Amino acid sequence: MSNVLEIKGNPNECVRKFFKHLLDSGKVEGIFALGKQDEGFHYLLVTDSAKLDDIYPFTPFMPENAANLLSRLTSIKKFSKRIAVFIRPCELRAFIELVKREQATRENIIFISPICGGVLTFKPYAEGNLENALPDYWKAFSKKENATGIRPTCGACEHFIPLNADITVFPVDDSCEFYLNTPLAEEVAKDAPGETSEGELDETTFAPVMDIRKAEKEKLFEQLNLENFGIDGLIDTYGRCLGCHGCGTVCPICFCALCTFDAKENEFTPALFENELIKRGAMRIPPNTIFYQLGRVTHMGISCVGCGMCSDVCPADIPVSSIFLRVGEASQAIFDYLPGKDYEEPVPLAAFVENELTDIED
Amino acid sequence: MEKNQQKDFQPKIIGFLCNWCTYTGADLAGTSRLQYPPSILPIRVMCSSRVDPLFLILSILRGADAVLIGGCHPGDCHYQEGNYYARRRFALLRKVFDSFGLESDRIRLSWISASEGPRFAEVVTEYTDKIKKIGPNKIGKEVFL
Repeated sequence: MSNVLEIKGNPNECVRKFFKHLLDSGKVEGIFALGKQDEGFHYLLVTDSAKLDDIYPFTPFMPENAANLLSRLTSIKKFSKRIAVFIRPCELRAFIELVKREQATRENIIFISPICGGVLTFKPYAEGNLENALPDYWKAFSKKENATGIRPTCGACEHFIPLNADITVFPVDDSCEFYLNTPLAEEVAKDAPGETSEGELDETTFAPVMDIRKAEKEKLFEQLNLENFGIDGLIDTYGRCLGCHGCGTVCPICFCALCTFDAKENEFTPALFENELIKRGAMRIPPNTIFYQLGRVTHMGISCVGCGMCSDVCPADIPVSSIFLRVGEASQAIFDYLPGKDYEEPVPLAAFVENELTDIED
Repeated sequence: MEKNQQKDFQPKIIGFLCNWCTYTGADLAGTSRLQYPPSILPIRVMCSSRVDPLFLILSILRGADAVLIGGCHPGDCHYQEGNYYARRRFALLRKVFDSFGLESDRIRLSWISASEGPRFAEVVTEYTDKIKKIGPNKIGKEVFL
């Protein structure tokens, strides 16, 4: 049984009120959340409570996976003061994966995460229509349905309830319920403006959402038809790839400062070109498209949280994230692993069990 | 013509062999004058866990008909636990191949110890026969990779 704090107002206002309390009472020194500047949405780090009007944490939009940003802030040194961080469940899971890989530190962070209805794709944002899409989004959210225009992997996401958040926020009608999951959360929420009561998040009320998401995922995978790809399918799908490597850049799990695929090691030398041309008679320039895609899914698929950033930034509209979700889930299933579930559980490739997988060796 | 080609087809198998077990095992097969097909192209690595899954993907994309990883039996690794990591990586890569509908029979993981010269010859013979049945890897001729 945990405590519940209820604050009145629309989702963004509630969270702002709560953040104002946190900053003014000195319980945290900074707030990390989605902010708005004219038409642009970016993550903001706010230390002055007078600047809190700029934050719009509930906007269903992900300019960059926040795990990436938090890794940039904490990979060298932990936060010296306590920061409250408002991020979506998948961003939190990606952050935990980065902590396991020693690319981020969790000290002095208090995580606040919402029940997530998914985020909208970049399309309405790029067209300047994001605000117009919001009423429909919230209508669908309160009806516990998938909103139109959200990322395909968001529509198929089964992990919309945050796993390791200190505080879970659930917007209901014209108020927000803050579920205080840890002693730290209860400590910082003391004397916050709002009604406090005893209670627990009833996950069964989200069963219809889960059913919709599961059905959506099945449909997504069926459309993808990955198991019948073969080399022809790969060439068809990745034929549009420009080789910009944007999908790797925005991926929260792809943390390497210099990717092996960008390294000179994988550059085609004149001799290699000649060799390949003797064999094939012609070759695509730039080469290594399928090598990059297969290689990335092999390296990072095990930790894929399905945030959908990669598909969203793809200029050629390749369903990268759907493919990652499909292959990622298949490879996570071998080791019964859910990325971001637990700080202590090692990444499968950095651990082993002596008697396992005997069917693949001989 | 097609049939003849199939009959004359000599697979090209890239072998990533661990220095301490399989490579020495292959040596033993040689010094024992054991016969096995000339299809394997051995690359010596210090441990089977040195093999990045990318090596296998690249080999297949560049046109190798198959890739064999050879390592010490579980529990016998020169570095105590390298082959356990190799096994997990291999399992993952197999799953990726299967998920994309690629032929996962073209990659194989075998434990062959330094004293198992005959087993090395046997594994290479058996695997060569299997790849002959599957046929050449057509990815080697693809233009748009």
